[in-house]
Amino acid sequence: MILDSKIPEGALAEKWDKHKFNVKLVNPANKRKYDIIVVGTGLAGASAAATLGELGYNVKAFCFQDSPRRAHSIAAQGGINAAKNYQNDGDSIYRLFYDTIKGGDYRAREANVYRLAQVSVDIIDQCVAQGVPFAREYGGLLANRSFGGAQVSRTFYARGQTGQQLLLGAYSALNRQVAYGKVKMYPRTEMLDLVMVDGKARGIVVRNLITGKIESHSAHAVVLATGGYGNVFFLSTNAMGSNATAAWRAHKKGALFANPCFTQIHPTCIPVSGDYQSKLTLMSESLRNDGRVWVPKTVETAQRLRKGEIKINDIKEEDRDYYLERKYPAFGNLVPRDVASRNAKLVCDEGRGVGSSGLAVFLDFADAIKREGQPAIAAKYGNLFEMYAKITDENPYESPMRIYPAVHYTMGGLWVDYNLMTNIPGLYATGECNFSDHGANRLGASALMQGLADGYFVIPYTIGDYLAQTPYDKVSTEHPAFKEAEQNVMSVTQRLLSIKGNRTVDDFHKALGLIMWDYCGMARNAEGLQFAKQEIRKLRDEFWQNVKVTGVNEELNQTLEKAHRVADFLELGELMVDDALHRNESCGGHFREEYQTPENEALRDDENYAYVAAWEYTGAGNQPVLHKEELKFENVKLTQRSYK
Amino acid sequence: MDLTLKIWRQKDKNSAGQLVTYPLKNISPDMSFLEMLDVLNEELLVKGEDPVAFDHDCREGICGMCSLFINGRAHGPERGTTTCQLHMRHFNHGDTITIEPWRAAAFPVHKDLIVDRSAFDRIQQAGGYVSVNTGGVPDANEIAIPKTIADKAFDAATCIGCGACVAACKNASAMLFVSAKVSQLAMLPQGKVERKTRVENMVAQMDVEGFGACSNTGACAAECPVGISLDNIAMMNMEYLGAKASSENV
Amino acid sequence: MNWFTKTFSSTIGRKIIMSVTGLFLCSFLVVHLVGNLTLFYQDGGEAFNIYSHFMANNPVIRTMEIVLVLGFLFHIYDAIVLTRRNKAARPVGYAENHPQENSTWSSRNMGLLGTIILVFLLVHLWNFFVPARFGELEGVPNAEYTNLYAEVVKAFKNPIYVGLYVIAMIALAYHLIHGFQSAFQSLGLTHKKYTPFIKTFGVAFSVLISLGFALIPLYFFFFVNL
Repeated sequence: MILDSKIPEGALAEKWDKHKFNVKLVNPANKRKYDIIVVGTGLAGASAAATLGELGYNVKAFCFQDSPRRAHSIAAQGGINAAKNYQNDGDSIYRLFYDTIKGGDYRAREANVYRLAQVSVDIIDQCVAQGVPFAREYGGLLANRSFGGAQVSRTFYARGQTGQQLLLGAYSALNRQVAYGKVKMYPRTEMLDLVMVDGKARGIVVRNLITGKIESHSAHAVVLATGGYGNVFFLSTNAMGSNATAAWRAHKKGALFANPCFTQIHPTCIPVSGDYQSKLTLMSESLRNDGRVWVPKTVETAQRLRKGEIKINDIKEEDRDYYLERKYPAFGNLVPRDVASRNAKLVCDEGRGVGSSGLAVFLDFADAIKREGQPAIAAKYGNLFEMYAKITDENPYESPMRIYPAVHYTMGGLWVDYNLMTNIPGLYATGECNFSDHGANRLGASALMQGLADGYFVIPYTIGDYLAQTPYDKVSTEHPAFKEAEQNVMSVTQRLLSIKGNRTVDDFHKALGLIMWDYCGMARNAEGLQFAKQEIRKLRDEFWQNVKVTGVNEELNQTLEKAHRVADFLELGELMVDDALHRNESCGGHFREEYQTPENEALRDDENYAYVAAWEYTGAGNQPVLHKEELKFENVKLTQRSYK
Repeated sequence: MDLTLKIWRQKDKNSAGQLVTYPLKNISPDMSFLEMLDVLNEELLVKGEDPVAFDHDCREGICGMCSLFINGRAHGPERGTTTCQLHMRHFNHGDTITIEPWRAAAFPVHKDLIVDRSAFDRIQQAGGYVSVNTGGVPDANEIAIPKTIADKAFDAATCIGCGACVAACKNASAMLFVSAKVSQLAMLPQGKVERKTRVENMVAQMDVEGFGACSNTGACAAECPVGISLDNIAMMNMEYLGAKASSENV
Repeated sequence: MNWFTKTFSSTIGRKIIMSVTGLFLCSFLVVHLVGNLTLFYQDGGEAFNIYSHFMANNPVIRTMEIVLVLGFLFHIYDAIVLTRRNKAARPVGYAENHPQENSTWSSRNMGLLGTIILVFLLVHLWNFFVPARFGELEGVPNAEYTNLYAEVVKAFKNPIYVGLYVIAMIALAYHLIHGFQSAFQSLGLTHKKYTPFIKTFGVAFSVLISLGFALIPLYFFFFVNL
């Protein structure tokens, strides 16, 4: 299989404009003859469904939540990047492009990232027009803040709830199309299979989560905007329902899965407090604008602090190690996420961690409060401080926050070309669901940007190009391909229900999460990965022998929903390990202990690994086949990333 | 701590339900309320019983999916807190905790503690948007908005759509929810263009859904986990009256 | 339905009627109380009888009387419609509910308070309005007006009436404490600067008006001898 990324010819800055001119168009009157399915209603899905509806296509949108407004994009806190240069601090489309490529440790496509930077400015215009209440200056114009991995202030924000406001904007646009009858919304509905007819994506099979009914939906194209797969780790900052099932089942139907091992561990999360923990809570990276990260200088002080022999305030300034400021004077506390996370792990592994478990570092606002006053800090981060206080019962205005890295985002995902189409004709993947724009590490405030870029400004053009070359004929859901897929879903469901074993779904999920975190988390090595692969296989075998799923299919059955998802995680986990094992280099979120510089920085191998690893499914338990898409860097020079 | 839970169990929309008592032991005060329910569900599963169905997703207090009427209060006893952010340290050893679904004709029970809140979506579909298509909009900084207005609009826009206002209101009224969107858009220049039809249509849909009327008890705002203000309701009343008096929709 | 009836049969429309009629009835209370203060004149009821004669015969007052009746009717009718709707909005109640944590008792019991006031109103009309307008009151010598004052004195020597009137005035106070500021909220008349004043004024108004009315039966019961 040859992977054609379909990157347009020409100079970087002109590719997208040229491409927009070259794509085929569907006549406005003919758009109503095409049906499009959009799965997922987060930023990427809701914006795509709304925009496609506006253009005149018939859209069916699906989400597993009770309302499209609850997709997990809503939880994004910090902000959204855009190369507006409103602050006159030297920002430009090229600089945003460059920062993103560099931040991704040179494992993303130049053309995609440049396009992302180009349309970023349109996103802000669009959202403001929708009534998204971004933060403003007293003059009435938009405010910006700075974010990790950048030396300009280009992040637009709405207090600590930017994702919520952007999603509600997209949700409102979606609602408008629902009211016009151009989008039909299916909430509490989960996609369980992709249907292909003549090698093209022509529909999906879903389960109605209220009645359990298995239904088919046919269309001319299918867009997956189903988010990331961070919940493979059980504990992550993802929502409880976030899952990889739609993407994974598309993968099993032939869609390639790219760079699955590229997972982002976010540096500022609230540490784990017990084994009952169901999820981890992120504290926005924007906190690093004013918070200073530190641990005690010596192991001994850290031990005494953990035992409660001394208090935080007993530790003198000179006994504190502001390790990020020390090691990276240029970026300080605002180094990219992978660097910040790895350094937290490093100091904790040295025994200098804080908190009862020793798996935490301080994020201290004392200086900022002294400098700007508590009201100013509260205005910027009030809701985050409140959230922290609620969860930990500690007041961050008085004592420093304790934070530790946690799984947050997955850069990997379904392989897509420049048009965001997977290798299956008619199947598209947008937002976190695809792999395309963040390379091996995503910069803060770029996920919202990518989701909305894909949905509002990319797929509406590129999907037209495909549809213009597709006949109007509809495929009936009575087609054998639909019946076969329904049968397949039913049989998996029946199998899960009939095992009646002794171990709960959550128990398997937690076990998988531990394996992934220990061996395929912040730091990986070949030996550990090989061990993890065996462990995952064992666990998966046990799952299919011993899982306990109560109830029946024909009801609201949350255990069954989880069982489907965990069954897929158990397969995806192994693919992540395979990918991590094959990539003999360190880059971004993928840190192989064997490949590091003397200063413990990631050591890339551009000669051998400057490619996208796209994996092909070859059947249950079989070794997947690797396809490589070489990454060509014509505009940026590959250098060792340095934030010193 | 050890607890006694009394939980509403109901098979589906058409079945009758009842409170069922479950003893639960060894609950850590650092657990969230939903993690406590996870523990119960794991125990039920091991015994082969049907676990308690409840809505939840982000568990960060922002998605609005979690609900629960806990000990006679929407989202439990802590003010400004969603159920997922409620921690067991606010309960005591030996407590009996009653857990019920939101109760409203417009929110029928799907199962156990899960209710159907699609009425909220339909109200938003009736006009909770600014009619702009993607593209072709002015530069974001072309519209200057006074910071005070932007902040007020933001405060209204933070509604998470959880339905606690309806659950807490003795009339099961959705006024706080509807008014949050109406006044957010009425305050902003972008929303002013359609302000009259918006409020007319959203209020009409709210009434169609069967929510009660507002009697200004203030229970909604008191129980709102994100602190949506009653001022929004006043603003919507004014918007509505103004729209009805001056719009040309006969 | 045309736009007008549609507007005023919506939940907000009905609340607007409730608040407009409520505020109108508040103004009636003021007029009524001011007039009744003539009862405290120690002139054997002359001032009061002149006042009541004026009220019964002045054409403007008689016209306003119709408006007043309409005000009451709309207020009561919409209250009944809204209460029925509100009850239907929650067919299954909570097994455990602690509304006292989020709202005041009076705000939740406006219907009950209103009903007490309505019962009082009927008794009150039976006591004074019916005999004054339709009955045969004894005349006052050398005057063209009748002696309603005597009826007042008679009624307020009855401890049952006094008790009922005082209880009703307490209900009125609570009804107004919520109702007064609530009317402004329903009309959308809230403002950071003025709302705190409206709230304080509302409480003072409610207490003073109700107290003023309650003092009348108490005064006659304890201090006026025939």
